[in-house]
Amino acid sequence: MSAPVEERILLDDLVGKGWRKPPFIKRGWLRWGLILGGLVYLVVALASMDVNWTRVYEGLDRGWQFVLAFTNPDFTSRAADIKEGMIESIIMSIAATVVGIALSIPVALGAARNIAPLPVYLVCRGIVAMSRALNEIIVAILLVAIFGFGPLAGFITLSFASIGFLAKLLAEDIEDLDRSQAEAVKATGASWMQWINYGVQPQVMPRLIGLSIYRLDINFRESAILGLVGAGGIGATLNTAFDRYEFDTAAAILLLIIVIVMALEYISGIVRGWVQ
Amino acid sequence: MPQVLTGDGTKIWMLRDRKAQFTRWAAWMVGAIIFLWCWKQISDATTWFFVWDAPRIAGDIGGRAMPPRWEYIDKLWKPLWDTLNIATLGTFFALIMAVPVAFLAAKNTTPSALFIRPVALFIIVASRSINSLIWALLLVAILGPGIFAGMVAIAIRSVGFCAKLLYEAIEEIDLKQVEAITATGASRWQVMAYGIVPQILPAFAGIAVFRWDINIRESTVLGLVGAGGIGLQLKGSLDTLAWPQVSLIILVIFGTVIVSEWVSARVRGAII
Amino acid sequence: MLELRNLSKTYKTGDKALNDVTLDVPGGQVLALIGPSGAGKSTLIRCINRLVEPTGGSVVLDGTDVTRLGSSGLRRMRRRMGMIFQEYALVERLTVMENVLSGRLGYVGFWRSWARKYPQADVDEAYRLLDRVGLLAMADKRADELSGGQRQRVGIARALIQNPALLLVDEPTASLDPKTSRQIMRLICELCRERDLAAIINIHDVKLAQMFVQRVIGLTKGVVQFDGPPEGLSEDVLTRIYGEEDWKETIAKDDGGEEAA
Repeated sequence: MSAPVEERILLDDLVGKGWRKPPFIKRGWLRWGLILGGLVYLVVALASMDVNWTRVYEGLDRGWQFVLAFTNPDFTSRAADIKEGMIESIIMSIAATVVGIALSIPVALGAARNIAPLPVYLVCRGIVAMSRALNEIIVAILLVAIFGFGPLAGFITLSFASIGFLAKLLAEDIEDLDRSQAEAVKATGASWMQWINYGVQPQVMPRLIGLSIYRLDINFRESAILGLVGAGGIGATLNTAFDRYEFDTAAAILLLIIVIVMALEYISGIVRGWVQ
Repeated sequence: MPQVLTGDGTKIWMLRDRKAQFTRWAAWMVGAIIFLWCWKQISDATTWFFVWDAPRIAGDIGGRAMPPRWEYIDKLWKPLWDTLNIATLGTFFALIMAVPVAFLAAKNTTPSALFIRPVALFIIVASRSINSLIWALLLVAILGPGIFAGMVAIAIRSVGFCAKLLYEAIEEIDLKQVEAITATGASRWQVMAYGIVPQILPAFAGIAVFRWDINIRESTVLGLVGAGGIGLQLKGSLDTLAWPQVSLIILVIFGTVIVSEWVSARVRGAII
Repeated sequence: MLELRNLSKTYKTGDKALNDVTLDVPGGQVLALIGPSGAGKSTLIRCINRLVEPTGGSVVLDGTDVTRLGSSGLRRMRRRMGMIFQEYALVERLTVMENVLSGRLGYVGFWRSWARKYPQADVDEAYRLLDRVGLLAMADKRADELSGGQRQRVGIARALIQNPALLLVDEPTASLDPKTSRQIMRLICELCRERDLAAIINIHDVKLAQMFVQRVIGLTKGVVQFDGPPEGLSEDVLTRIYGEEDWKETIAKDDGGEEAA
């Protein structure tokens, strides 16, 4: 077998010459421009940070106290507040996940290009984009202003956010589902509802269940901050604890959040294994 | 195939047998009861008088917020720049911290599965479970208000996210390539540099851009707790009930998020 | 040159992959290791350079017991044993040249290898080897752009640049078409002759083995069942190695084969 000769690269030309890895970005000016630009940005951005180091230095002590608080969390002195806040957070997450799923299904069907007609598609995509672009906390602020303080505002916020999240992923799933299966059902002369029920639903169901539990997990984590703006849940208690520098109570709440999130991840692992 | 005898003795086909049918039905029932109970709790905690009044209030706020106060945008450029810095530098430092954590947490690279891996996993869970706004709240209490606290909050929150995705990528690498490099007599670090790093580099770039996009969203609201960025202006405007400013800020945030999503999609397309 | 003494490997699951294998390989000898799947061929090869830790016995290369070496001694020893893999095991996202040069990793320090600053002698040798395997024009292509046969040639160059005394070859042709398989086998055997290398080649294809090697070892359930020249593979011997089957076709030598390739 002889060397391919089309390119006429000769060994003698190469031996003795150095070798360098071909750069990732081939155009020299672009490569150096990007590197230089990155460095300049880094310097400028760090310079604009304007850190008050004496304040930071003083804060280190408080930071250390906070770390220590984790070894000795105080669950008792605000037990009633913590319990109430936690239950409210959980209730909000569950209710919002259920409503979110229920509403995301029609939106997802509408946002899947292979199912929905164009006008419906655009409207549903608009809802999804809106829900994803607006941060939960901003929605919560507006809803608190409209509905007043309390978990109702938080519940609606989380439902709205869940719709965007679930509908987007579900719509993508529907868009790349197996055409032949769905067509086989259509060929039997099924109505639109029957077609969705037999041709689409079985293929999408396992993923929907997995996503729902994941969203429950996210909703719970988000519900912990809604209290900061008065939309119910554990956040209010946490905020108070930080304001009063009651780090041991704050540590207790954070530990509870971590434990519940871990438990939810564990359950979702089990359920996902069980569905598939 | 489960079949059931009907009263007159003919067999009919059913999808599930009686027991499975009953279990499913009971599960739906329990789910419904839980949901209704949750709803009742929410309903009890709500002052319904305000809710019935909501359309009028919403209309009122909407009327006052329109049109947005466009000239206020001159005061938003600096906070917007801060927001960008919080997100970008936060992502940058998070990635630097996430790499070692990911290598310590991945089953195939951890030095000790018994002692070090659980610690790394705990760091990941703790960082991920707690929202960046809470981290910001905490860091404002510790470090004082300002964009530095915001950046650290974003960095801490992102470590867990990036490390989790990265260690999953490390666990999925092709072991044959690693084996081949090991067989040449390479040292432990060389095996990492030649056998593992090239394989996870695309995942790493994807994670970085993905998280940067999320961080832009999150850093727009950090100012609500005093951690710098455009959220600070939002809070100020809300506190003074300056609704035309609020509507402008929300529009700006909306635009920023859409631009960042577009940028990240483009960059991801260019890398992968 | 290479001596295996009572080499054994029992996996944690209790599977005995190797059972008291004793074997002498003189310098420059090319030897084929045949046997059914799961006979322990891969394990045997990996026990020699300790990618798999043997549980008993010893591996002696030029008077040094490999099984007793510490980690740095083992790394020095691995430099003397080049390995070629079934599915090439190239680092897909690196260039051909980087893959070849990675064979020198045991000789250069970490930072030099990180910065891709290899000694000029290594770079020259890499170019020479790529020329020898006919891939000089591909030096700066990424490994995943190559075809199967080309990748295996890069794998061969990577093993040879280590300047080994022994080649460990694990199913070099299992994922290649018949023609490429012969070319690869011929290339390996030619290179062994040129450089006076000993080689242990795991191979499924009995005919292919007979065509190229001087000695055949038959392994069944971790035990050596046959050790002799390729002509000695009678119907009876193959039955002992692989079990009952019609072996007439397999042992009928096809002399025209090599020219046809």
